[in-house]
Amino acid sequence: MVTLRMRIQMLVQKWYQVFESSKIPQSFTLLYDVSLRFSKPFMAVSHYICLASVLENGSNYQDLLMEMTGQKTVPNVFINKTHVGGCDKTMQAHKDGLLQQLLGGESEVYDYDLIVIGGGSGGLACSKAAANLGKKVMVLDYVVPTPKGTSWGLGGTCVNVGCIPKKLMHQTALLGTAMEDARKFGWEFSEQVTHNWETMKTAVNNYIGSLNWGYRVSLRDKNVNYVNAYAEFVEPHKIKATNKRGKETFYTAAKFVLATGERPRYLGIPGDKEYCITSDDLFYLSYCPGKTLVVGASYVALECGGFLAGLGLDVTVMVRSILLRGFDQDMANRAGDYMETHGVKFLKKFVPVKVEELEAGTPGRLKVTAKSTETDEVFEGEYNTVLIAVGRDACTGNIGLDKAGVKVNPKNGKIPVNDEEQTNIPHIYAIGDILEGKWELTPVAIQAGKLLAHSISLKRAVELYGQENLEVFHSLFWPLEYTVPNRDNNRCYAKIICNKLDNDRVIGFHYLGPNAGEVTQGFGTAMKCGVTKEQLDNTIGIHPTCAEIFTTMEVTKRSGGDINQAGC
Amino acid sequence: MAALCSKHRLKHLQHLCSFGFKIPRRNFAGKGKYDYDLVVIGGGSGGLACSKEAAQLGQKVAVLDYVEASVRGTTWGLGGTCVNVGCIPKKLMHQAALLGTAVKDAKKYGWKIPEPVSHDWATMSQAVQNHVKSLNWGHRVQLQDRKVKYLNMKGSLVDEHTIRGMNAKGKEMTVTARNVVIATGGRPKYPTHVPGALEFGISSDDLFWLKESPGKTLVVGASYVGLECAGFLTGIGLDTTVMVRSIALRGFDQQMSRLVTDYMEAYGTRFSWDAVPKKVEKLPSGLLQVTWTDTQSKQEHQDAFNTVLWAVGRAPETKTLNLKQVGVELNEDTGKVIVAADERTSMSNIFAIGDIAQGRPELTPTAIKAGKLLARRLAGHSKLLTPTNVFTPLEYGCVGLSEEEAERRCGKENVEVYHAFYKPLEFTVAERDAGQCYIKVVCEGHGDQRVLGLHFTGPNAGEVTQGFALGLQCGFTYAQLRDTVGIHPTCAEELTKINITKRSGLDATVTGC
Repeated sequence: MVTLRMRIQMLVQKWYQVFESSKIPQSFTLLYDVSLRFSKPFMAVSHYICLASVLENGSNYQDLLMEMTGQKTVPNVFINKTHVGGCDKTMQAHKDGLLQQLLGGESEVYDYDLIVIGGGSGGLACSKAAANLGKKVMVLDYVVPTPKGTSWGLGGTCVNVGCIPKKLMHQTALLGTAMEDARKFGWEFSEQVTHNWETMKTAVNNYIGSLNWGYRVSLRDKNVNYVNAYAEFVEPHKIKATNKRGKETFYTAAKFVLATGERPRYLGIPGDKEYCITSDDLFYLSYCPGKTLVVGASYVALECGGFLAGLGLDVTVMVRSILLRGFDQDMANRAGDYMETHGVKFLKKFVPVKVEELEAGTPGRLKVTAKSTETDEVFEGEYNTVLIAVGRDACTGNIGLDKAGVKVNPKNGKIPVNDEEQTNIPHIYAIGDILEGKWELTPVAIQAGKLLAHSISLKRAVELYGQENLEVFHSLFWPLEYTVPNRDNNRCYAKIICNKLDNDRVIGFHYLGPNAGEVTQGFGTAMKCGVTKEQLDNTIGIHPTCAEIFTTMEVTKRSGGDINQAGC
Repeated sequence: MAALCSKHRLKHLQHLCSFGFKIPRRNFAGKGKYDYDLVVIGGGSGGLACSKEAAQLGQKVAVLDYVEASVRGTTWGLGGTCVNVGCIPKKLMHQAALLGTAVKDAKKYGWKIPEPVSHDWATMSQAVQNHVKSLNWGHRVQLQDRKVKYLNMKGSLVDEHTIRGMNAKGKEMTVTARNVVIATGGRPKYPTHVPGALEFGISSDDLFWLKESPGKTLVVGASYVGLECAGFLTGIGLDTTVMVRSIALRGFDQQMSRLVTDYMEAYGTRFSWDAVPKKVEKLPSGLLQVTWTDTQSKQEHQDAFNTVLWAVGRAPETKTLNLKQVGVELNEDTGKVIVAADERTSMSNIFAIGDIAQGRPELTPTAIKAGKLLARRLAGHSKLLTPTNVFTPLEYGCVGLSEEEAERRCGKENVEVYHAFYKPLEFTVAERDAGQCYIKVVCEGHGDQRVLGLHFTGPNAGEVTQGFALGLQCGFTYAQLRDTVGIHPTCAEELTKINITKRSGLDATVTGC
C-alpha cells in the first residue's frame, strides 16, 4: 500500500511542480509559462493532471505538504526536487535568476527546441501544443510506401489508413443494411441496388484529402515547421532527414518526441508482399477487391472482413487460434457468431503457407495454400484479394535509435517509457502506439454491430480479483430498430463486471450492439468516477434506447437465469 | 412521450411495491377479507410493473385496463401509452424517417439505387402495429406468468376497498382489495375554443393507427410530441407544418431547442411561429381549412391540410374513477390526484402513480423534478436526474439542468458553460450540413466544476446521453470528463474533448479529428 506521503514524495522526485486542480490561481498561466520556457514542454501538463487525479479523493494531502515543505497552499512548486515555494516565490526566483539556475539552463544552441518524428494524431497534437507555448518546433512525417506502392498524406494511421476510412466504409455497409430495413418501414425502390467501390473510395479519399490539407494549414498557422522527410538519429541531439528525392538534411534539437506509430505486419511466407495487401492498401484500392480472404483475427481483420461482406463481397476470415486476443472471449465469440450469421465465412485453425498469382488484374486471381494448426490437412482456395491483418509492428527499427541510445524492447520493437512518457534518454520522449505496455480503448466495428472491450476482460478480472469476488450481470436485448425488419432478435448483448469486495464497483463494461462507441463513451466517463452497480441501478433509463439496458441489469451470470429480453 | 413511460417510474414502482405492500399476509387480521391484496387500475408501463412486482412478492393482484376510444374511435391493447401510442410507435416511425435519410446518404457512399424512391404509409403502419400487437400479447403473457389477474374492464371506486369494473358490453362486477393503485395515465387534450377542432382533428392517439397516410399535415403545438411527430412525417416525405404559439420545447434549454427547430426547418418542416389556430372547417374537397391568427401582426391566415394533429398537451384520466366520492382528494385545477412523497393519496390505502399524480410528470420537464423527489427517498441521494431524449430528426438528448435553469439557481457568474459545434463523421461523405450538431456542458463555475447539465444534438443522442447521465448521477466533474479517453471516431468523444467556454467568445467549431 502506497501511502499518501510516499506518493507525494514520489511526485516531488519526479516532478517540477505540484498543482492542485481546483485551486489554480490566475498566476497559474504565468507560472506554467515560466516553467515551460525552461523545462520540459509536455511534462507540466501531465504533471498537473496526474496530480489532480492522484489527489482527487479529497485526501488530507495539504497537511502533509505543510509538514514536508512548511507550505500548505498550492501551487507548491518544486524545481528539480528543490522546494521553491508558492507562486510569488517562484515568480521572484524567476526574476532573480534562481529558477534558471535550478533548471540548469541549457548552454548548447540547437536548431529547434523540439523535433517531433511522426505526423500522426499524437505527433501533431504534441507539436502544435509545444508551438503554442512559444517553442520552436519541427515535425517530420514521411510515409514509406507499402510493397504495393500505396502512400498517403499527413495525419498518420488514424486519418489515412485507420479509424476514419474504416468507419466511413463501415458506415457504407450499415447503409446497405439500412436500405434493406427501409423496405420493411415502407420505403419503396427498385430491387436492383448495387454498390460501386470507386464512388465510395473517391468520396472517402476526398474527405481524407481535406483532412490532410487541414493538418498542413494548422501546422502553418501554429508556426510548426513541417518537413516531408524520413528522419533517423545520427547523434543523440541530431537527426538526418531524407526527402523523397533522396536529399539529406541535418537538424538538431534540445528535445525529441518519437511518434512514428505502427505499420501492418506481413506473414513472411512466399508471395505475401508480392500479392497480398494490408489495411494500408485496402482503403486506397482503385478497384473492388472481389472475393477476399482476410488472414488474421485482430480487430482490424474483423472490421475489414465485416464491412467488405456488408458491401456484398464474398469474405472468408482465416483464424489461427482465437478471435480478438486480449478482448473478453465471451464477447469476441459472440461477435464472431454474429458475423457468421451475416455471411462472413470463418476458416479456423489454419495458417497460410504460400500465396501464388494465377492471373494478374484488378483484381487478379490468387491461390492460397494453408495448413491446419492441428492436423496434416492442407487447404487450397482461390481469391481475388488476400488481406493480411495479423498485427502491427512499431516503426522503431530504422530510425537510428541506437545512435541516440534509446532502449527498445527487442521482442516487439516497443519503447519503454516512464509515467512522463520519457524514454531512458531524458531528452527523448515517445508517445502513441510505439509505447510499451499501454492499453487503449479499442472499439471494434463488425458489420451492423460493434464490440467494445472496455478496460478489462473477464479473464483479466478473474486473475486480478478472483472468481468468487466478481459478479457478472448480463442481458441479451433486441434494439427497437431491429424489430420491424425482424432481424437479430436477442443477438445483442450487454455485460458488466462488478467487484464485490469494493461496493460492487463496475470494473468491466461490454456491449455488443448498434452504435457501441456512442453508447460506451459516457459509461467510460462514469467508470472513471468509480460508478457502482447501485448507482447504475439508480440511473434513469432513456427510453427507448439500447443504452438503457445497463440501468436494468438484474440477471447474474452465476444464477444461470434467463437473459432473453421481453417486453419494453 | 419519453416522460410518459420513463424507467424511473418503473423503478420507483418496484420500490413502492416491494416496500409499500410488503406486509406478510399473516400479519393482518381477516385473511381472505378482500378478494385481492392489490388492485391496480390502469395497465400502462407503471401499472404493469407495479402489479407484476407485487405478485412476485407473493401478493394476490388484479389489474384493470380499458382503453376508452379516442374521439376518432381509435383503440388499442394492453400496455398503455408508451407501447401503443407513445414511445414505441413514435421511435419506429422516427426510424422509418431516418432510413429515408439513409437511402439518400447511401448514394454518396457508392450505393446505386435506381429512382424512384417513395414511401408507403400502409406498409409502415402495418409493420409498426404488428410489433405493438406483439408487445400487447407479451404483456398479457407476462401477467399470466406472474399470476396477475388481468381484467379488460374500466375501473372505478365504490369505496376505498371496492372497485367496480365494467367491460365493453356494459357488464359490471366488483372486486375488493386491501390496497389500490391508480395508474390511469393521461390522454391528449383538444383545444376548447377552436370550432372544428374536435370534429376534424386527430391526436397522437390516432396518428400511429391511421391506415392511410395523413398527407399534408398541420401539427399544432411545439411540445416534444408535436416536434417528434412533425419530424417523422416530414422525413417520410409529407408536407408538414408546425404551428407554434410562442416557443418550442418549453422547459428545455432554449438554445438547444432552437438548434432542433433550425435543423427541422433546414430539412423541410415548415414552421408557423407566433400563431394560434382560430377554426377548422371541412371544405367540399374533403380538405381541412385552418384559419389562424398571427399573434404579432394580428392578421389572419388560412391554409388547407389533409390532417390536423393536435399536440397541445395531455390531461389526466381521473374523471370517471369516482375518486372524490371515496375521499381521494384531487387538485381542482388540474384534475390530478394529490399524493404524498410516498405516492399515497389522502386515503391511506390508495396510491396514485404516473401522469395522474399531481406534480408528477406530464411532460418531460416536470418529470425531471419528480424524478429528483423520488431519488431522495429511493436511494438516499440528494439528487436524481432524469435524462431524456427528443427523437426529432436531429435528436436531442439531455440530462440535468438547462443553461437558463443553472443560471437561475446558481447565478450567471457561478456557471461555466463549455460548448462545441462538431461534425459527425457520417455527415462528411454524405455532405450533410452539421450546423446544428452541438454539445453543451453546463458546469459549476468554481471548485472542481461539477457538471450540472449536459446537452447534445446529433445522431443517436439517446445512446450518447445515457452513459453520461450515469456520470452526472455520480457527480462527475469537468476534469473527469476531460480525463476520459475518447472513443474514436464517435460523436460522443467530442464531449471528452470539450474545452471552449461560452464566456470566452471563442469559435467553438471543432476542427480536425
